Amino acid sequence: MARVVVDVMPKPEILDPQGQAVANALPRLGFDGITEVRQGKHFELEVADDVDDATLAKIAETFLANPVIEDWVVRRVDA
Amino acid sequence: MRVGVITFPGTLDDVDAQRAVKYADAEAVPLWHADHDLKGVDAVIVPGGFSYGDYLRCGAIARFAPVMQEVIEAANKGMPVLGICNGFQILCEAHLLPGALTRNSKLHFVCRDQWLKVENNQTAWTTRYDKDAEILVPLKSGEGGYQADQHTLDELEGEGRVVFRYVGENPNGSRNNIAGITSANGRIVGLMPHPEHAIEALTGPTDDGLGMFLSLVDSVVKA
Repeated sequence: MARVVVDVMPKPEILDPQGQAVANALPRLGFDGITEVRQGKHFELEVADDVDDATLAKIAETFLANPVIEDWVVRRVDA
Repeated sequence: MRVGVITFPGTLDDVDAQRAVKYADAEAVPLWHADHDLKGVDAVIVPGGFSYGDYLRCGAIARFAPVMQEVIEAANKGMPVLGICNGFQILCEAHLLPGALTRNSKLHFVCRDQWLKVENNQTAWTTRYDKDAEILVPLKSGEGGYQADQHTLDELEGEGRVVFRYVGENPNGSRNNIAGITSANGRIVGLMPHPEHAIEALTGPTDDGLGMFLSLVDSVVKA
């Protein structure tokens, strides 16, 4: 088994109102110096050894992310 | 004339969609998400709600439902399909329509009666309207912001495929004030507002939405 991380982020040109709301809240809470926040999704998958990178990319591109509005990155990490 | 209305777990507006079909003197046929079966219908409505809880992204899981595989195949052969609200999100996730729906720009769930301009009255679902007619129907959604890349937007605008546009203040940050679009062949339409909630004065703000269902009946009878 291996652990695979998939990070999904809104594309830079797509408005991210959730990230903006977080960014706007920070100064109100007394945290200064944060100029921008983007909010995305982080998936952790436990993957059998025979699942290849092409399959993982397909999972990310066709299901976990919507490439119309989101970018994705697949990483194998040490469990 | 039989019009299928899909029910997913979490669908809310299937009953109103069926009722709108009946008001247009067509037969409403309930379709179940888990069935690989369209029951011989002439058209399909994918109604609003929160299919599969809208987990992951709105419509992302519903797009893989067994019934949707049949809808995609039939739509690609020219069957008229209407996606309302969550149904619009599902049709975009299924790549039957371009673009995607994202969180409203001001984050609030918007629930109000909304004026729309009918810019394309040549689709299977809009022939009963005058071009540039303004209609008033409910809008109720939290993720109704229409997004697409510039190339796609230019294509939609250039080919007259923006069917409905918001009138007045943009309610959700949709690019180009887009409320609804159509496929290249004009058979598939998706929109965020709810025509099925505006089919008679007793239960809706207007009867402006009924024209979409009457238009469908016209287009199927003609075909």
